[in-house]
Amino acid sequence: MNAVTPLPAAGRRFMSGNEAVARGAWEAGCRVAAAYPGTPSTEILEYASQYPEMYSEWSVNEKVSLEVAIGSSLAGSRAFCAMKHVGLNVASDALMTQTVVGVGAGLVIAVADDVGLSSSQNEQDSRFWGRFAHVPVLEPSDAQEAYEYTKLAFGLSEQFGTPVILRLTTRICHVKGVVVGGERKEFCLEQGFQKDPAKYVMVPGNAKKRIPLMFEREERLLKLSESSELNSTLDGEDKRIGYVTSGPAFMHVREAFPDSPVLKLGLSHPAPIELIRHFASGVDQLVVVEEVDPLLETELKAAGIPVIGKEALPREGELAPHVLRPAIAGILGEEVVAEEAPGKKAALVPAVRIDANIGKNVFPRPPTMCVACPHLGIYYCLSKIRNTSISGDIGCYTLGAGHPWNALDTTICMGASMGVALGLDKGRVEADANKRVIAVLGDSTFMHMGMQGLLNITYNRGNVTILLLDNRTVGMTGGQDNPGSGRDIHGETSPQVDFRKLCEALGVKSERIHVVNPYELPTLFKALREEVKVPDTSVIITDQPCVLVDFYKVKPPYMVEDDKCTGCKNCLDIGCPAIYVTRRETVVKPNGKEKELAFVRIDSQACTGCDLCPKTCGPDAILPVEQFTRN
Amino acid sequence: MSNQITTNILVSGIGGQGVMTAAEILSQAALFQGYDVKKTEVAGMAQRGGVVTSHVRFGEQVLSPAIPPGEADILVGFEPAEALRWCSHLKPGGVAMVNRLRQEPPVVTLGLYDYPDEPVEQIRQAGIDVHAFDAGAIARELGNAKLVNTVMLGAISKYLPFPGDALKDAILDRFRANKPKLVGINEKAFEAGRDAEANN
Repeated sequence: MNAVTPLPAAGRRFMSGNEAVARGAWEAGCRVAAAYPGTPSTEILEYASQYPEMYSEWSVNEKVSLEVAIGSSLAGSRAFCAMKHVGLNVASDALMTQTVVGVGAGLVIAVADDVGLSSSQNEQDSRFWGRFAHVPVLEPSDAQEAYEYTKLAFGLSEQFGTPVILRLTTRICHVKGVVVGGERKEFCLEQGFQKDPAKYVMVPGNAKKRIPLMFEREERLLKLSESSELNSTLDGEDKRIGYVTSGPAFMHVREAFPDSPVLKLGLSHPAPIELIRHFASGVDQLVVVEEVDPLLETELKAAGIPVIGKEALPREGELAPHVLRPAIAGILGEEVVAEEAPGKKAALVPAVRIDANIGKNVFPRPPTMCVACPHLGIYYCLSKIRNTSISGDIGCYTLGAGHPWNALDTTICMGASMGVALGLDKGRVEADANKRVIAVLGDSTFMHMGMQGLLNITYNRGNVTILLLDNRTVGMTGGQDNPGSGRDIHGETSPQVDFRKLCEALGVKSERIHVVNPYELPTLFKALREEVKVPDTSVIITDQPCVLVDFYKVKPPYMVEDDKCTGCKNCLDIGCPAIYVTRRETVVKPNGKEKELAFVRIDSQACTGCDLCPKTCGPDAILPVEQFTRN
Repeated sequence: MSNQITTNILVSGIGGQGVMTAAEILSQAALFQGYDVKKTEVAGMAQRGGVVTSHVRFGEQVLSPAIPPGEADILVGFEPAEALRWCSHLKPGGVAMVNRLRQEPPVVTLGLYDYPDEPVEQIRQAGIDVHAFDAGAIARELGNAKLVNTVMLGAISKYLPFPGDALKDAILDRFRANKPKLVGINEKAFEAGRDAEANN
């Protein structure tokens, strides 16, 4: 578990949106919670798991988590699952039919959009799923509402017999605010699971009869949306523009334009078109402020309501106050004005601002692998092998695309390294006849969606070398347990996957599977070089844990003996952040060519003694600190 | 509710430096003073040595959680280049408190980018009231590099709209609850930060 504070009691508490969702679900009497970790939604289940009254689990992927929630709902327990936006792509197969089925006890899907892509491969608007699946979408605008909306979502789900989507964004999930909570009220459908094949067995004949019910349900939800207190107007004196908005964008609008009327949509789908039409009639112009896609805008235009949207506002990223102000000033034909000292009205001319260009030229500081990360040796080797095509996946090892390794050629989605690798093999043209196709993915990604891809490779006799980097955790999201770590969400022992046996079961020949310690560079290099030459499916499994989880054992640190360092830079190719350059020098070699030398040291406070860099050091200048001090 | 009485504190640094903890403690202190508080950060890959910024806003009512550019009252820079990167977020008259301990990322180590020359001077030349000192050295003198966090909070304590001792109490309460052995050393670190600021 990572940084999770003890459970809060009721009352005025400072909590994140993620914690507030868990709290709301618990108070609602929810009995089952499931998720696969994914930024920014991960902590929802970490908090949920601390409530003993709720069964909670890390599922192997989002689709399974939704299916578990569906089963629990049918069994009579309020249930929810949580995921990041791309997780709902995976889970959508279940969603698109469950919406036809309906629910038993309340069923809530919390989905977190990474608006602004702080930690995702794309930016998506999950509100689409409400339209696509004909289910209601609730959009809280801060932690307090995240708590309240989660709590009421279960009742809404039961009242209308529908799954409910709770749409969150990073600025809900990872924002802490004051939340006033209540207490848990137990709930279940006491009759338990009631067999009803016409409702639960979705063969065509049964589904056909239920689809009109789904549309009729959406009509009733629309009526609710038109009259619900969740969709409410805040009046304002400046009627030149009225805003219709939802989610965190509501807070941005209120901050940027405190005097303007706002129609806030808490239940944003089905959209209350007539309510908005009425609101529009009381203002000069209607502006819709929605993060990310112009969904509401399109619906309003189709309803014949004049509205300004994405022609004035960005289609991507957050619609923060500093983004909104100039865009709205443009609509009004005004200059952008900054606010002056406390209490005064906005200045007529822009206030003095610190030059916004100061600091713009500071180097980038992209995320990189940790000191002693077990992936370092892998990418060191991959960067030294020529003539490769390397398909990557979603996880810390995606960082292998960066410096100094530059040893990852594709990243698409969870598990894609497998299918893409087979495609690179089967689709190769003459120019790539001798290319070695390599796929890299982690343990958790493998179990999430990679296993099917491996089965597909062996079944179709692919010539692919797979690097299965088993670090016994879900690393990028902060170290959650999975079936490979042998512990459940509470840290209790559970059956541990044997990856060698699993790969054999999926059709990889026993002699083509190697389990290697990634810190033993020569062994790793040898295995890799040999397997890429074999025209068959090979799997190299690495078996050392993530340095951020408790399985990792810190060893005594190393340091560089300055006199011995020749500045060759070999150790820098490892990419360990504990190694830093103290001085650079350019020398002319006997053949007249210039060579740049870089003399290094190791930050011994950061070094955890993984013993990787000494193996790259020709002059043996890297020694354990203790040995050095003894000399 | 106007945002004009909101106090905005931007904490910047890199993953693992305690940026988020510092912001959390500032938030707790403000909460104890009775303010409405919001705190937000973008730290999806924070543990991987990337840039981490945490925004703390408090006042009678806080709406948008992120500090708009040009509206920060205080910048707490855990690293000089990161302070330089974010200093234009300050409003005119804002204060920058910077730890001088440099942390070079791999792209600098590899020679792909240069570390900025005299980042603190560059901040000063932009007309910012900047205070800089080596919080890392103070922390190490006290025997624990992790104390940087408390040293930095001590240094900004007099610039807050509430008594600095309230911030100290928030820090010490946190340790009293979790690690009582560290209360004394954190109190020393806080005072050392407060003195270092006063002397520079």
